[in-house]
Amino acid sequence: MGNRFIHSISLGAVLFAVWLVLSGHYTLLITTLGVISCAVVVSIMQRMDLIDQEGHPIHLTWRAFTYIPWLIIEIIKANIDVLKLILAPSLPVTPTLLRVKASQTSDLGQVIYANSITLTPGTISVDVANGEILVHALTRSGAEDLMGGEMDRRVTRMVGEDK
Amino acid sequence: MSMMIIDILSWLLIIAGSFSMIVGGVGVLRLPDVYTRMHAASITDTLGAGTIIAGLILQAGISLIAAKLLLILIFIFFTSPAASFALAHAALSSGVEPILDSDLRSDEEKEKSP
Repeated sequence: MGNRFIHSISLGAVLFAVWLVLSGHYTLLITTLGVISCAVVVSIMQRMDLIDQEGHPIHLTWRAFTYIPWLIIEIIKANIDVLKLILAPSLPVTPTLLRVKASQTSDLGQVIYANSITLTPGTISVDVANGEILVHALTRSGAEDLMGGEMDRRVTRMVGEDK
Repeated sequence: MSMMIIDILSWLLIIAGSFSMIVGGVGVLRLPDVYTRMHAASITDTLGAGTIIAGLILQAGISLIAAKLLLILIFIFFTSPAASFALAHAALSSGVEPILDSDLRSDEEKEKSP
């Protein structure tokens, strides 16, 4: 119950921060209307029972700070690889379909892993079922990198399921 | 002086972003099927959008506009994999067969053999 309260408060705070950034009008009347609209959204989400760890994963915030920079560096490296492939006159692509094991037990962890795979150019997740992700890779070496499982381990560590 | 360095850096980022956008477009034209073309399109989402927005943030300086640009980048990073997944999943479940490495090789062998 207390957990739910914390989630509501932090959801309201995030919504209001987004409102502040997007609005740019800071008179008393307009800001009050902004606060009221955020409160209405939070109360609607509470009635729809959408406030939980899955929809608003605040427990991951701190660990995400180590995962996201690593992911950004991986994305840049993968981007450069794909850029070279496209610009190479012989177009040396070796498209591969493979299944990788997602060692995360929660839906949230698997979603983060599948989205990280898709966000990295050169690999796209096509299907998620039974703890396995069907991945389409642009090159065989990209597929082998993914089979190495470093991203899997890092996501598992981030969602705190590595015990 | 520092203004000029920021200016040069931001233009380098914007040019790099424009270049990767163009390469993404070239890739969509050159690659053989839906799935491989999506890899090319994902360059424009990540490196293209990322570097262009980073360059624009440097142009804007510390202001509300920079915060809005950062928000756009965050939303792109959360929504574009969901959209890519939906597209790839829809293609696979409606029966679009991906061209795989073995198919490409056998095509080349067919061309060589006669």
